Amino acid sequence: MTVEELGEIGDKERARQAKLEKRVLWCSAAGCVSCGGHKTRDALKKAVKQAGLEGKTEVVGTGCMGLCGRGPLVKVAPDETLYANVDEAAATRIVAEHVAQGAVVEDFRVDTTAPFFTAQKKIVLEDCGRIDAMRVEEYVAVGGYSALARAVCELTPEEVVEEIRKAGLRGRGGAGYPTGLKWAIAQKARAAQKYVVCNADEGDPGAFMDRSVLEGDPHRVLEGMAIAGYAIGASQGYIYVRAEYPLAIERLRLAIKQAEKLGLLGTRILDSGFDFRIDLRMGAGAFVCGEETALLRSIEGRRGRPRPRPPYPSEAGLYGLPTVINNVETLANVAPILTRGAAWFSSIGTAKSAGTKVFALAGKIRNTGLIEVPMGIPLRTIIYDIGGGPPEGAEFKAAQTGGPSGGCIPSQHLDLPVDYESLATVGSIMGSGGLIVMDSTSDMVDVAKFFMEFSMEESCGKCVPCRVGTKHLHTLLEKLAAGEGTAEDLALLEEMCVMVKETSLCGLGQAAPNPVLSTLRFFRGEYERRLQPSEHFQAGGGPERAGS
Amino acid sequence: MAIVTLTIDGLAVSGRDDETLLSIARQHGVEIPTLCHLDGLTDVGACRLCLLEVEGSTRLLPACTAKPVEGMVVHTSTPKLQRYRRMIIEMLASEGNHHCAVCVSHEHCELQRLAGSVGLQSVRVPYLYPDKKLDATHPLFVMDHNRCVLCTRCVRVCHEVEGAHTWDVGFRGIKSEIVAGLRVPWGDVESCTSCGKCVSVCPTGALFAKGATVAAMEKRTAFVKYLVTARRSKEWVGDILEEGDE
Repeated sequence: MTVEELGEIGDKERARQAKLEKRVLWCSAAGCVSCGGHKTRDALKKAVKQAGLEGKTEVVGTGCMGLCGRGPLVKVAPDETLYANVDEAAATRIVAEHVAQGAVVEDFRVDTTAPFFTAQKKIVLEDCGRIDAMRVEEYVAVGGYSALARAVCELTPEEVVEEIRKAGLRGRGGAGYPTGLKWAIAQKARAAQKYVVCNADEGDPGAFMDRSVLEGDPHRVLEGMAIAGYAIGASQGYIYVRAEYPLAIERLRLAIKQAEKLGLLGTRILDSGFDFRIDLRMGAGAFVCGEETALLRSIEGRRGRPRPRPPYPSEAGLYGLPTVINNVETLANVAPILTRGAAWFSSIGTAKSAGTKVFALAGKIRNTGLIEVPMGIPLRTIIYDIGGGPPEGAEFKAAQTGGPSGGCIPSQHLDLPVDYESLATVGSIMGSGGLIVMDSTSDMVDVAKFFMEFSMEESCGKCVPCRVGTKHLHTLLEKLAAGEGTAEDLALLEEMCVMVKETSLCGLGQAAPNPVLSTLRFFRGEYERRLQPSEHFQAGGGPERAGS
Repeated sequence: MAIVTLTIDGLAVSGRDDETLLSIARQHGVEIPTLCHLDGLTDVGACRLCLLEVEGSTRLLPACTAKPVEGMVVHTSTPKLQRYRRMIIEMLASEGNHHCAVCVSHEHCELQRLAGSVGLQSVRVPYLYPDKKLDATHPLFVMDHNRCVLCTRCVRVCHEVEGAHTWDVGFRGIKSEIVAGLRVPWGDVESCTSCGKCVSVCPTGALFAKGATVAAMEKRTAFVKYLVTARRSKEWVGDILEEGDE
């Protein structure tokens, strides 16, 4: 495969699509499928057949279209009309009226001039919901693999790293480490073998950003990995994907096979001297394996337990060799940066947080779904304009970001710009992209308890503060939530939170107290309201406990 | 390899840059409490007792794995570190079923010594009283999970020094447990050579020799470093019968 041949594949696919009068795109992501997407697809296909439109119209399954709360979603191209809540009857009507006669079915049409669409900025998700994830030709037709071609044919590895560094791309897994810096360290490290690892072990409750990218646009991630491989001098990549994402795994497998067949992965990629293979590794259900050092151990076939850093993986990673490990969303940003340039990317977002962030919007909000926004956007815009605010009769109380590692942001901070540094100032984190909106029915002590239970269950048990600390914190929270706690319990809870945060070995333990600390900061009254009179000041002192 | 100079608790010291801060501190007479660390075994940084404060860093670093950097200013025993160490010991004491008065390692137990060093009389968190088992299926030794602190010294010595890898860790979080083989009774594990290294390195009375009575189990651990040094550099140095080793 040469660059010219790649161009021909794209031309051929675009010509094929141009011959069609209409393309009916149905969302084949997990959200829409779970509310009857397959029935919608069958109804669309049946209606197309009945109307005798085969050959002129094709029905195509795509990735997530974003408005997950109103699925099944269907889009008619080329006019890009979006329909929501498309059941079988609606599907039949859309084909009969819109596809066959050009009359838009207003009953199901979604107003795409609404803020939900206009306030978003799509880079990572730009092809999600537009292309068939199962066909590499469609990815190539929208410019796919041209960034890889540019990298291997026109740029030196140093230039690629410099481009990513100048773009200001930061890790989208949550911590926000500059990607260019990570790559530069791995590039400079001298070793016969280096690795690129894609962290697709998305595990925060309520988060499905990475899954949507993998299901809807898998080639974009493969392309990002191959570019990373070229930049650092690695010939092997691994995608560590959780086994709970069977559809993503299936699509990745297919995508790797297609890319290998076209010579976009494998040896002598695009007729250059660059070799790069990608293999899949499946997680076995441990949240802690999303932590990079545990993930690498798991790939090595060992028990997924974190180790102290430094050394960082870019110096000593997989099998002790230099390894770049990036999250799915980070890698999905790589190809657009090389295609459109660092200046373009860094012009989006804020000075310190460039680009966009994908969020999974959930909870007490009208428009639940998958969104992508420029960094620095006020939280209020996300919740009220894009999300449409809480449903009728509900009142906004807090937004939870970062899942079990993050915090709750109360209404007084609604105008906070959403970027790495700003979220940290209110005790939360950007996290991987879960954003749960809570209203007055949410009990904040319960919220803290829920996340602490999650961290306790997912602690690997290696270090004492996380293994035993999360257990005690959970017990204290149970006691406090039940109205049986005292002021001493609350003080101990707070003290132990700080201790576990500062002394735990890895990010899981270090961040596990965040939901408690942030709810204590903004909703302390909910803890204090249910305290019991202190037993400490009663005669006889505290309860007798056996010394060891 | 290079020599770096740094400050530990106000003391100007020097060390090799491939040594750990723990090793450098101890060479200069600065004591830092440890539990999972054992000279000769790979360090895992798990117990968090040896955490240090480093000026200019917001994160605490485990002395057993952290490497020195030129000009580093290290504090090993600030009030904060002392408070955290005490809490870690409280957590360990509450996690298992530690009844010193009836324990084979009474008076020779590292957990007991650590608790004594911080003056721990009672703990502020509830005892968890976990339902742990005792495995007496091995002909020579016993594993009492009630007294295990999950330091994984047994796992490491068996894998790294004896080469048998009879022990490993099963389950996760608070349910973590040292397992023999693929979690079968110890006596049924064919890989076990009955060498007793795991028993010797165990800091508490979790692993002990059959027949030992209360306070009778004295552990000797210096042999690990002796063996590892001998194997690595063909130098048979150090006294393996050193008194009071730990």
